Amino acid sequence: MNQTTSTLSDPMVPKLYRVQRLRHEIPDTFTLELAPEEVGDIPPFATGQFNMLYVFGVGEIPISISGDPAMRNPLVHTTRAVGTVSKAMRELQVGDVIGVRGPFGTHWPIEQAVGKDVVIVAGGIGLAPLRSVMYRITAQREQYGKVVLLYGARTPSDILYRRELAHWRAHFDLDVHVTVDRATGTWRGSVGVVTRLISRSPFDPLNTVAFVCGPEIMMRFTAAELEKRGVAAEHIYVSMERNMKCAVGMCGHCQYGPHFVCKDGPVFQYSHVQQMLLKAEI
Amino acid sequence: MQTLEAILAEHPFFNGLEPRYMQIITGCASNVRFDAGSYIFREGEEATQFYILRQGKVALETMAAQHGPITIETIESGEVLGWSWLFAPYRWHFSARVVQQTRAIALDGKCLRAKGEADHDLGYELVKRVSHIMLERLQATRLQLLDMYDVRAGGRSR
Repeated sequence: MNQTTSTLSDPMVPKLYRVQRLRHEIPDTFTLELAPEEVGDIPPFATGQFNMLYVFGVGEIPISISGDPAMRNPLVHTTRAVGTVSKAMRELQVGDVIGVRGPFGTHWPIEQAVGKDVVIVAGGIGLAPLRSVMYRITAQREQYGKVVLLYGARTPSDILYRRELAHWRAHFDLDVHVTVDRATGTWRGSVGVVTRLISRSPFDPLNTVAFVCGPEIMMRFTAAELEKRGVAAEHIYVSMERNMKCAVGMCGHCQYGPHFVCKDGPVFQYSHVQQMLLKAEI
Repeated sequence: MQTLEAILAEHPFFNGLEPRYMQIITGCASNVRFDAGSYIFREGEEATQFYILRQGKVALETMAAQHGPITIETIESGEVLGWSWLFAPYRWHFSARVVQQTRAIALDGKCLRAKGEADHDLGYELVKRVSHIMLERLQATRLQLLDMYDVRAGGRSR
């Protein structure tokens, strides 16, 4: 769970990246593809890690890397335009320059899933940090048992990465299930919360590693459902989101009980945060 | 080929039920099939049966004025469809539209109610099992109501 990849020599100094492409995924969510100003300057990263992205003159925010660790250029991030910085980021044009610090934080321990069934449960934009996991697992499919991706979105028009979901769905050796909380129009898929998909899915709970990312309440109920199915809390991993500033465990903005989410997370073993998820003040 | 009794006995809904009860329940069961687009039951109709889905997908719908049908949830392979057969006034609260061709075992609600009245141990077992499904669906519905992917409701931003 410790960071396995190197970070910049001075983690507080952003490197310059140029916007290569900005893709609008769904109404409030977009993907940024960034290329370094200096050739070959993208440091290695692991699935689940994040970068600090700096829109000059506006501010800096943490965003999970949603690209494939094996294909680092361009550097890919997907985020929602909900705050001042992310809204400014959405307005960037191809060729604009932003600052990038990172990668930071812990990664999804896919190495622990080798030889086991893998259950990936994503809710909403929580699919973004888990897309990297899907890239890695599908690239080395033979190393894993059953691979199940369960994805929940608010409505059919809020489904992220439709093209990739369809691509994964077409694989005979992947179980991909998508559900929406509210159906509209001609939707012929499943309707209901993502936790409902767990009991329908084929995996061996005693030999499973689960990666869960979404709203905290969704992660809590998903973990409870996985445990009910027989998956041990030690084999469930969640990705936490907090307001991160320095990203290196110095400033304390992202303190989460005894942890700093930027340094000890964002990926945590569920058993390490299980009790804190119930506390409103943290 | 598996008998109806064997198929029912393997289903989680009947897990652990005494063999003598399985025989009684099988006496109220039949194989059914529904084509995509058809309705298994409609809101307001008398609830006479419930279904163990073996294959397929069914959408529970209600009609909203000027919006047409709204899907509340889907019931899928391996799950149980319908509980209104057990509770007065025995009327369906939603309509069940077949999304994908569905094979199911239909259980005659009137028949089971009569058996449960005659043997309260069997009746209690049925009520416990249906209540468990209702509890799970209620919990899922509560989560649905939270609209948890909205940032204002605690949804993630990145």
